Amino acid sequence: MFLVTLIALFVAMALVLCRLYTGPMVYDRILAANFFGTAAVLFIAVLGFFNGRPDFLDIALLYALINFVGTVATLKFFRYRSLGDARPGMD
Amino acid sequence: MGLVADILSWACLIGGSFFTITGALGIVRLPDFWARLHASGVAESGGMILIILGLCLQAGWGLVTVKLIIIGIFLFITGPTSTHAIANAALVTGWRPKPGTGIEQKDTPPFYDVKEPTVRN
Repeated sequence: MFLVTLIALFVAMALVLCRLYTGPMVYDRILAANFFGTAAVLFIAVLGFFNGRPDFLDIALLYALINFVGTVATLKFFRYRSLGDARPGMD
Repeated sequence: MGLVADILSWACLIGGSFFTITGALGIVRLPDFWARLHASGVAESGGMILIILGLCLQAGWGLVTVKLIIIGIFLFITGPTSTHAIANAALVTGWRPKPGTGIEQKDTPPFYDVKEPTVRN
């Protein structure tokens, strides 16, 4: 049962990678990367259950946090062409 | 661990993986970026909730279920938020749905004069 979910998540991640490769617009790629991250979180959680190791859930939670921050940072970069580096006047 | 809980968790897991695959297919095959946003929303919210629920049923009462619920709540909040951020970034940088793609083009002001946010530097 967990194997079915693992295979389904793996197929979803592979499909999204195709969109990541062909996506015409940069925001398509960010969207695909965002979904890939969420699917990876679920994949790690189900893998933890599959191998009977409950500590995988901490890894999954950490990855969910990082994935969200990464997506927002990428968006900010592509929106403002910079991550808002400290201007000289700003102390 | 209770036949009913097993069957329920099995159904939730299969349903969740079904939604995830549907969302992934939607992201790949839908014609327009704006349509793909919907597919990503479907997969992230529907698939994620059902899979987490299935795992919770499988794990029963305990610390593992608490961790799962924390992950579920976090993903439930940040999933739509990040999808909105992507759509907003695309809209503000000037991407618009093409009129020909069946998304009827409103020429009334609110759609066209999204004012450019002031860039600080």
